Amino acid sequence: MNGPASRTLQLGALARVEGEAAVRLRLKDGRVTAAELRIYEPPRFFEAFLVGRGHTEPPDLTARICGICPVAYQMTACQAIEAACGVAVDGPIAQLRRLLYYGEWIESQSLHIHLLHAPDFLGCADAVELARGHRRAVERGLRIKQAGNAVMELLGGRPIHPVNVRIGGFYRTVSRDELAPLADRLRRARDDALETVSWVAGFDFPEASFDGEFLALHDPGRYAVDSGAPAVLPAPGGAHPVRGFPVDEFEQHVVEEQVPYSTALQSRLDGGRHLTGSLARYALNGRWLHPTAAEAARAAGLGDPAAGEVCRNPYRSILVRAVEVVHALEEALHIIEGYRPPPRPHVDVPARESAGCAATEAPRGLLYHRYALGPDGTVTHARIVPPTAQNQAAIEEDLRRQVQARLARSHTAVGDEELAALCERAVRNHDPCISCSAHFLDLAVERE
Amino acid sequence: MDGAGPPTLAVWKFASCDGCQLTLLDCEDELLALADRVRISHFLEMSSAEAGSTESGGVQGRAALEGVGPYDLSLVEGSVTTAEDARRIRHIRGISRRLVTIGACATAGGVQALRNFADVAEFRAAVYARPEFIATLDTSTPISAHVPVDFELRGCPIDRHQLLEVITAFLAGRTPGIPSHSVCFECKIRGTTCVTVAHGTPCLGPVTHAGCGALCPAHRRGCYGCFGPVADPNLEAMVRQLARDGMSARDVVRIFRTFNAAAPEYGPVPDVAARLAPDEPR
Repeated sequence: MNGPASRTLQLGALARVEGEAAVRLRLKDGRVTAAELRIYEPPRFFEAFLVGRGHTEPPDLTARICGICPVAYQMTACQAIEAACGVAVDGPIAQLRRLLYYGEWIESQSLHIHLLHAPDFLGCADAVELARGHRRAVERGLRIKQAGNAVMELLGGRPIHPVNVRIGGFYRTVSRDELAPLADRLRRARDDALETVSWVAGFDFPEASFDGEFLALHDPGRYAVDSGAPAVLPAPGGAHPVRGFPVDEFEQHVVEEQVPYSTALQSRLDGGRHLTGSLARYALNGRWLHPTAAEAARAAGLGDPAAGEVCRNPYRSILVRAVEVVHALEEALHIIEGYRPPPRPHVDVPARESAGCAATEAPRGLLYHRYALGPDGTVTHARIVPPTAQNQAAIEEDLRRQVQARLARSHTAVGDEELAALCERAVRNHDPCISCSAHFLDLAVERE
Repeated sequence: MDGAGPPTLAVWKFASCDGCQLTLLDCEDELLALADRVRISHFLEMSSAEAGSTESGGVQGRAALEGVGPYDLSLVEGSVTTAEDARRIRHIRGISRRLVTIGACATAGGVQALRNFADVAEFRAAVYARPEFIATLDTSTPISAHVPVDFELRGCPIDRHQLLEVITAFLAGRTPGIPSHSVCFECKIRGTTCVTVAHGTPCLGPVTHAGCGALCPAHRRGCYGCFGPVADPNLEAMVRQLARDGMSARDVVRIFRTFNAAAPEYGPVPDVAARLAPDEPR
C-alpha cells in the first residue's frame, strides 16, 4: 500500500461531519505537495434565489441552509436586514434572541462533543459504540443536547428551522412562567456540562498547532455571540496586536475565491489563512467567560483565559467547546432570571432602499450576511459567508502540516489507513458544517 | 428483518441541509433504545462504521457504494440535483428492502427546487466566479421522480415523533399511522384560535399537510406550508382567501414557492393567482 516515491490513495466518505466532502492529498518523495478539502456538496444557490424575495423572508429561507445551526442563519439575516432598514432591536427581545441562540449553541456543541468528536478519542465508530463503554457520558451528552433543544422549542417552536423568528423579533414571546421550568432543566444541564468538561479533559490530545490568524466577533465585556465587531488575533510570532474592523468592511478583509475542486467558496483574511470558531472565540474573548466556565477551563488545563491564554491545538477544540457549553448554560440561566416580557413581541421594521450587513457567532464560527433591498423591501442582492467556507483554507493547511509531521516522524512507510484516520480526525476537529458551505468527505491521496 | 440479526437501517443524504437526519439524533430519549433494536448500519452524519473503503487509484467524488448493504430500511434525505446523484439513488434503491424519504427535499425537491423556476445558468453565475466548474442539473427533483418510494415523510424539517412512528411501523411490517389531513385539523385539536378568522392573517393551513402540530398558528403566525400540500388542495378557495387577507398575486405565488415549491399540487398556483388575486397588495 505505501508505494515507493509516489502513489495514489483514495478513501471513502468522511463520517461524523455535517455534509459531504473529500480530501485529496498529493505526496511526492515523502512530502505533501497538496492538501485539498474538496467539497462536493451540490450547490443549492441560496444567494441567487433570495433575490426577488421580500425583506421579511430571509430568516425563514436562510434557516434552510443548515439544519444544525438554523438559528445562526435566522439571527444573522434578521440583524443584517434590520441594519439595512435602520432599526436596532434591544431590550428583552434582544435578550430572548440571545437565549434562543444559546439554545442552539448548547444543542449543537454538545452534539459535536458527544456524538461526533468524542468517538475519535476513544477509538469508536460512533456514539452507539461509545455508549457501550461510556453509557453515562453519552446519556449525559444527550441530556445536555436535549436542554438546548428545549430552549429552541420553547422560544422557536421547534429545534430545527424554528418558526417563531421574524424581522424585528418574534411572532410570540414567552411569559416568565413559561421560562421557569426551563431554568431547572438548564441548571441540571450545567452540572452535566461541568462533568463533560472533566471527562473530556482526560482525553489524550495529540500534539498539533494551528499557526494562522484567529477571527471572531469582539465585544469587550462579553463573550460575543450576536454583538460586536470582527477582531483578528495575529499568528504566533506576529508583531501586530489584535486588530479589528467594522462589520461593514468584512468583504474587504474576508475575500472569497473559487477553487476548481470545491463547490464551496474559500475565503482569505487579508490574503492569509484564518480560523474562526471555538478556538478563535476562546483566544479573543476568553477573559469574558462566565466565572464558572473560566474555572472549568483552568481546571481542565486550558490555562487562564483571564490572562489571555490561547489554545492553538485543534484537537483541544472539543475541550473549548465543552467550556463554551458551560458558559452558554450560565448565560442562558442569567437571561431567564432577569427576563421581563417586552410590551410587544417585535418592533416594526419598515422597508427602505438600502443595504445592511451583520455577523454573529454560529457554533462553528463567524457567519456573515449582507442584503441590499429595493424601495419596497425586495431583496436585490444577497451575500452569505459561512464559517466553513472561511475555515477551509485553514483546514487544508492543518491537514498538510499534520500529514507532513506524521511522515517526518516515521522512517518506515505510513499506510493509507493511518493517513486516512489522521485526516478524518483533523477535519472533524474543526467541526465543519459542509452543508452550509455548499457537503461528503472522501480522501484521495496521490503520490507522485 | 429476514436474517438472524437485528434489522439494518441506513440513512442517505442528497442535496439538503442535514436537518431531517439530525432529527434522528434529536430523538435524545429514544436514540440509544432504538440502537438496541436496529443496527444503524450506514449513517455518515453519526457514524464512521461504514464510511467507505480505503483503496488506491483515481479520484472519486462519493463513497463507494459497491459492496455495501443490503439494508432493511433506507431513509433518504435530500433532493436529486446532479447526474451523479441520479445514479446513486438508483443504486441505493437496489440495496434497500424498503425506502422511505424523509423531508421536503426528498419528497418534493426542497427549497433548492426554486431553481426549477429560474435560469440555473444565471444562478450559477450569481454565486460562482467560474460557473463552468460547477456540475449541477437544471432541476431539483424528489426521490420519487427517480425510483419507487415506499413511503414519503413530509416536513421541512420532519417531525421526530412521526419519524419514530415510521421507523417503528416499517420494522413491525405495518403501515405508518401518519394522518393525511390538513394543518387546520391540528389547530382544532390543539385548541388554537384560527389566525385567519380572528386576525385576517394569511395562512396556508387549509392546503397544507398535517404533521407539525400546527406550530405556526400556535405562535400567532400563518402556516407557511413547510409540510407541503394535502391531497387535492382547494387552490381556488385558498387563493381567494389569501387575496382577501391582503396578498397580491405575486405574494401568493411567493408564499407557495418556498420549501415545497416543486410539489405538483402547487403547479396551478400562478394561473389561479393571476385570476383571483390583485396585482398590488392591499
